[in-house]
Amino acid sequence: MERFLAQNWTVIQPALFLVFTGLIVLLVDLWLKEEEREWLAYFSLVGFGGAGVIVVRQWLAVRGLETPITGFGGMMVLDTLGLLFQMLFFLVGFLAVLLAPGYLTRRRLQRGEFYALLLFSTAGMSLLAGAQDLIMLFLGIEVLSIPLYILAGFARPRLDSEEASLKYFLLGAFATGFLLYGTALLYGATGTTAFEALRASEAAAAPRENVMFMAGIALLLVGLGFKISMAPFHQWTPDVYEGAPTPVTAFMVAATKAGGMVALIRLLYWGLGPADDVWRPLLGVLAAVTMTWGNVGALLQRNVKRMLAYSSIAHAGYLLIGVLSGGVGFVAVLVYLLIYALTNLGAFGVILLLEDGEREALDIESYRGLARFHPGAALLMSVFLLSLAGFPPTAGFFGKFLLFTAGISAGLTWLVVVAVLNSVLSVFYYARVIVKMYMQEPVETPAFSRSWLVAGALAVAAVGVVLLGLYPTVVVRLITA
Amino acid sequence: MVPYVAIAVLFVLSTGVAVMIMMVGSLFGPRRPTPRKLMPYESGMVPVGRAMQRMPIRFYLIATLFIIFDIEVIFLFPWALVYRQLGVFGLLEMFTFLALLVAGFVYVWRKGALEWE
Repeated sequence: MERFLAQNWTVIQPALFLVFTGLIVLLVDLWLKEEEREWLAYFSLVGFGGAGVIVVRQWLAVRGLETPITGFGGMMVLDTLGLLFQMLFFLVGFLAVLLAPGYLTRRRLQRGEFYALLLFSTAGMSLLAGAQDLIMLFLGIEVLSIPLYILAGFARPRLDSEEASLKYFLLGAFATGFLLYGTALLYGATGTTAFEALRASEAAAAPRENVMFMAGIALLLVGLGFKISMAPFHQWTPDVYEGAPTPVTAFMVAATKAGGMVALIRLLYWGLGPADDVWRPLLGVLAAVTMTWGNVGALLQRNVKRMLAYSSIAHAGYLLIGVLSGGVGFVAVLVYLLIYALTNLGAFGVILLLEDGEREALDIESYRGLARFHPGAALLMSVFLLSLAGFPPTAGFFGKFLLFTAGISAGLTWLVVVAVLNSVLSVFYYARVIVKMYMQEPVETPAFSRSWLVAGALAVAAVGVVLLGLYPTVVVRLITA
Repeated sequence: MVPYVAIAVLFVLSTGVAVMIMMVGSLFGPRRPTPRKLMPYESGMVPVGRAMQRMPIRFYLIATLFIIFDIEVIFLFPWALVYRQLGVFGLLEMFTFLALLVAGFVYVWRKGALEWE
């Protein structure tokens, strides 16, 4: 009994809560009729909300501590960074659930598994946020990914959804292979998987003399790079984001990226901190390539979901600046991810509402003249797109400002210059949609569906984007307090 | 590098011995084939039909479920071996595990994955 309690269960309390709610959803669903299933959405909202309350309470308790609490023999840690990331995951999960019920009912996809898988995937992210061991990192990544492989194909038998699922699964499994191989090589080079011991190992002190250690770092970067869609491991992103059901895409864009980022931060700074002269230049170049590739790719897209997928690749590049900056960079990454998550959830919410019978109106041409018929939706979409482009006074501007100042103070001026040039480039394709909505004549009246839940999610996202743009220091002060 | 040399030597030697034995057998051994001797070996049964034939897709689901539950049940064996040392800790851990297993089983059952027709 003592050993059972000595594991310090508090460190995985939010994840446990999510898994438990997910299991209840999964089992209750078996006895529900089709039209009663919408209640499962409300129940999973309770799940995300409850996990959020747990994390906020833990955060309040942990904030003043000198040494962070660890559990499970040092495999997990309970610190402010991990807890803040978890708050972000649960917020995204909550908003993604709000987007889902109407969409699923209209497409006759209302099944309990949807919410259960969303909860399980978020539990994986929650484990990642506190990971202090390569094994824990791997476990978190897998718990995060496997539900998403299924969710991407949730619109079965629609072909593009099935394609998205299979593509994501095959490439994801391949990337997991890299991750595992990298873990094995690091273990071979140092004899440990724990971050603390890795940091103190001889190999980390002089990485260039140990080929096995260097190869391990490279393979781990490939595996995690796939998850955050870092170029050149991003090719799956447009196809999967396009084919997956829109609520799932919204969740993936906002949450998976955050999960990958926290994994990268944990691995690089907690595990491989002393070896930073190896990964720093490599990641810097990859960041520049990622943002450029993403933005150029987005320029060429005619489909709104694909365009936002490429834009998410570009944003991964910007976020890597924050990761590379360390210290203040983490705050910048967190705030940027929060803004980016709200903005993307909002944009995908509007896309989801613009429904055209069987399919969403996804072609960019179907946004022509939207402002005439649905001024509210057009205005919201414009705000979100401007925020993605980084226009003041929206929140996106402030997020970029934080990231870039962190980059400059860390001596990454060349990378920040590349990023600024890229932001200028990105304005073109974001503005193209706004021009279509306001300045062109509509071909036909765009179909539009209404839903109170989606409206609620959009309101939260819009208010967040505007308020964070007007009073940006509030959230920074809250985080760094 | 030094400790691996022995493994390399073992690898070369075992491959060499195996190849040598097979070569000696085929060079000097008598060879009197009959149709019965050339038949594919199926544990003593006379083979029926061709190897490549269509199978009902239902076997796929059953096989998947079997593998999942089989592997999960295998975890019970090491627990049974160290049951006394682990005590209440092991018992609680294992009951959590079993509860999850039962939840999966209920799910599979209600979904009708165990029905043949």
